[in-house]
Amino acid sequence: MAHVLLIEDEANIAEALRFILARDGWQVSVYADGAAGLAAVTALQPDLLILDLMLPNLSGLEVLVALRAAAATQDLPVLMLTAKGQERDRAAAEAAGVSAFMTKPFDNAEIRARVRALLGG
Amino acid sequence: MHSCRRQVASLGAKMPFNLLVLACLAYVAFLFLVAFAGERRAAMGAMGFLRSPVVYTLSLSIYCTAWTFYGAVGYAARSGLEFLTIYLGPTLVFIGWWWVLRKLVRIGRQQRVTSIADLISSRYGKSNILGILVTVIAVVAATPYIALQLQSVTQSFGVFASETPENWALPNHDATVFWVAAGLALFTIVFGTRNLDAKEQHHGIVIAIAVEAVVKLVALLAVGIFVVWGLGGGPVAMIGRIETIANPAWMIQPTRWAGLIFLSAAAVISLPRMFQVMVVENVEEDHLARASWAFPLYLVLMNIFILPIAVVGLELMPAGANPDMLVLTLPLSQGQGGLAMLAFLGGFSSATSMVIVETIALATMVSNHIVMPVWLWLRPDTARTGDLRGGILLSRRLSIMAVLALGVAYFKMSGGSNALAAIGLVAFAGMAQVLPAILGGIFWRGGTKLGAVLGLSIGFVVWAYTLFLPSFGEGAMLSAEIFRNGLFGIGWLRPQALFGTEGMDPLIHALFWSFSLNTAAYALGSLLSFPDPVERVQGVSFVNAFDEESQAERLGWTHGQAEPEALLNMAQRILGDDAALSFFETETAAQGKAGYLPDLTPAFLAALERRLAGSVGAATAHAMISQLFGRATVTVEDLMAVATEAAQIMEYSAQLESQRSELTRTARQLREVNEKLTQISAQKDAFLSQISHELRTPMTSIRAFSEILTEGDLPPKMVADYGQIIHAEAQRLTRLLDDLLDISVLENGSVQLNLGLASITDMIERALVAASQTRPERRFEVQRDPTREAIFVRTDPDRLVQVFINLISNARKYCDAEAPRLRISVRQKGGRVMVDFIDNGSGIPKEAQGLIFEKFARLSDESRAGGAGLGLAICREIMANLGGTVAYLPGQKGAAFRVSVPLRLDPAAGVAAKETLRV
Repeated sequence: MAHVLLIEDEANIAEALRFILARDGWQVSVYADGAAGLAAVTALQPDLLILDLMLPNLSGLEVLVALRAAAATQDLPVLMLTAKGQERDRAAAEAAGVSAFMTKPFDNAEIRARVRALLGG
Repeated sequence: MHSCRRQVASLGAKMPFNLLVLACLAYVAFLFLVAFAGERRAAMGAMGFLRSPVVYTLSLSIYCTAWTFYGAVGYAARSGLEFLTIYLGPTLVFIGWWWVLRKLVRIGRQQRVTSIADLISSRYGKSNILGILVTVIAVVAATPYIALQLQSVTQSFGVFASETPENWALPNHDATVFWVAAGLALFTIVFGTRNLDAKEQHHGIVIAIAVEAVVKLVALLAVGIFVVWGLGGGPVAMIGRIETIANPAWMIQPTRWAGLIFLSAAAVISLPRMFQVMVVENVEEDHLARASWAFPLYLVLMNIFILPIAVVGLELMPAGANPDMLVLTLPLSQGQGGLAMLAFLGGFSSATSMVIVETIALATMVSNHIVMPVWLWLRPDTARTGDLRGGILLSRRLSIMAVLALGVAYFKMSGGSNALAAIGLVAFAGMAQVLPAILGGIFWRGGTKLGAVLGLSIGFVVWAYTLFLPSFGEGAMLSAEIFRNGLFGIGWLRPQALFGTEGMDPLIHALFWSFSLNTAAYALGSLLSFPDPVERVQGVSFVNAFDEESQAERLGWTHGQAEPEALLNMAQRILGDDAALSFFETETAAQGKAGYLPDLTPAFLAALERRLAGSVGAATAHAMISQLFGRATVTVEDLMAVATEAAQIMEYSAQLESQRSELTRTARQLREVNEKLTQISAQKDAFLSQISHELRTPMTSIRAFSEILTEGDLPPKMVADYGQIIHAEAQRLTRLLDDLLDISVLENGSVQLNLGLASITDMIERALVAASQTRPERRFEVQRDPTREAIFVRTDPDRLVQVFINLISNARKYCDAEAPRLRISVRQKGGRVMVDFIDNGSGIPKEAQGLIFEKFARLSDESRAGGAGLGLAICREIMANLGGTVAYLPGQKGAAFRVSVPLRLDPAAGVAAKETLRV
């Protein structure tokens, strides 16, 4: 069972995502803070990271850059979510090596399809 | 009686001639020391007492010459009380007409007048002709007067010295007069032309004159006291003696009295030496106020014993004794050698002080108006190239010698036989001819050069013909034929019966005709001619001397020696503050000094002038520095020429400057607008991005959970929970939209305020109730002092409560203390009420304090309770609308906010305050 790690500071959104992904059979861990989430990724070696852009302590972009710089996580699939939805943010994320980029609000079916695709299912 | 007289004469204590000379030399040496000390102190700038009103008044006493000291007694012996008229005139002028003198002094200082000739020439358009004319009149009128002083000194020598000196000199009149004149010339040259002062002030001489004034007063008083109490038997007996001896010649003649009072009044204004001490040597206009009563007092003291001395002298002295020498011969005949010596020194003082000052005044005129113009005309290149100082000093010295030589010549020519008083009156009448031109010049704008020239010439000619030339006696200057039959045999041209006016006193006759014709010619000439521009300017500035002063002060032009500050001020006005300061600093440093005020060396002044010339033109720069520094007098023509040049340059550069500054201003405005637009655009992007984020976040939850709920298959507990989330997020969305609308309205200024009266207590109560829904589960203590909250405020209470709610809610939300506590304190100060909200949490970090009032400046997402980050921004906008402020109070233990609100909100003030804030 693949392990999905979620870093999202909006508790309600995190709960919605956790419910949806768990229902599809993925193992989901949730972190609400950039720095804690980054540490968890390094420690737990998940199969997929879903990353919010606006986060306390470390922003999603900073977490992504840190992950790509480390050998263990440089190929980790990362799905980035953002409510800001600006083209500039997408460009920055893609430059930093994001695997997929989605804006909030999202379609539940679409996010499930993206996760499946990223996990090679 | 006869034998008694003889006895008295034989007791006379005559003095060896050379002893007398030694006494004089010692006295002169003493005066040298006094003058020298005066100069030294003046040079050190520590004048103090030297230029006090007392010294000024004493220096005015040169009005009392040897003519007063010796001649008044002679006058009294011949004509009774008539001598008093000579002192009544000045007394009336100083007491009743002192405002005329004040105007003269003011004009003298403003225009840097150097002599009476300069005053008149300057008033009538810097006229050379007038300068020469007045100088000639002054020299002609003063020469007999100077001769008179020399004569009195010589006579007093003759009276005093009995025996032939042993070996080294003869008591020869001619030799005496020569040596006296030479000594005076030396003294005058040494102290009168030591250096060139543009203001023509001679501090050493003035102080020496003041000392001599004291000596002559003390001497005359001493002789008087001796005569009244020592010889006359006291004041009461004295009055009896006066009545006994009075004779028909002593009768008061009203016409003569009026004429003489008028004459002496005119003289005190127009005599060159009086003008010199009163106007030219004046250092402080206020000194005139003291002199206006102190000088008449001096005159009273000088005159109080004249009649008693004359009466006792007539009684005791031989019939043939010269009444003009009674002051000296009376104590001498009584064996009072010491007193006689004092009297001799008093007379010597009177004569020398007059001669010195008169000579300086005349030499200044002769040099400035005759010698220098001629010299510059003969050698025009010197004006451009050479140093004029040497030439001017030389011409001054030569003029002094020439004036004294004229006096000696007159003395020898006239034989020294005339009564002192007669010579004095002739001189008075001559000099008084300048009076119409002076008074007309300072009170009547219409007076013109032509009028002045005509008046002065006619007055002078009539005076010379009717008084001066006849004074030499029939057959001396004018033939007896002319006396009897008139000039060219025309009867009405007889010198002492002009136009057939026979039987008048010759002096009054001359005075009447010279003055009438002078004044009439001046008035007619002025009315029939037009002044040129320079004359017009000068006329206005003389007549309006008192207005001019305030104008000059407004322009910051000083009349004294320029101070470095004055030059700096001027330079700043022309070069600009920074440029002038740095120039002065550089120059000061070059002199090895610190600061901004260099010494006024010629090198510095030249550099400053060059620098200023770059801005205002060479002529203007030169004129300005000259004016301020007093290095040379600037003629009106110079200033007029300069004014034209300066006006053109200024106008042109002003145009350029205004165009340039307008361009700069426009460019700056454009740049500012552009920056502002860029800023607003960036702010708008950031704001939209923020709003987008804030709106999308609750919508994401709502959408996700509503999809989950529609897909079914959920336990009821989860349905309820997820439904609750949807509800909460929908509420959050609504609040956000409300806040956005609110802030938009507040920022636009289109908010409708509902003004009313509410107490701070009530508003805090309402806010506490409303805010209690924020984190209601948390225990939260509020500290208040209700006694200080009982303040009624006229404001929009709902809006103010909204601010309070926000601040209290924030405290409830974010205060991180174990036992959260909020202290609300109220204070009234001036017309404002301050409400402080201070909690006991960890407060807001310093770097964030500037941001919290910005929109969406939520600091931490951790303990957010549904706020959109607009609360404090809204608070700020509300307070601006209420004419108040809300600000973070740094330095408290926890988070602290102060709300300041006016007691009475004036809607207009509220909007204004908001506008300033927006800018």
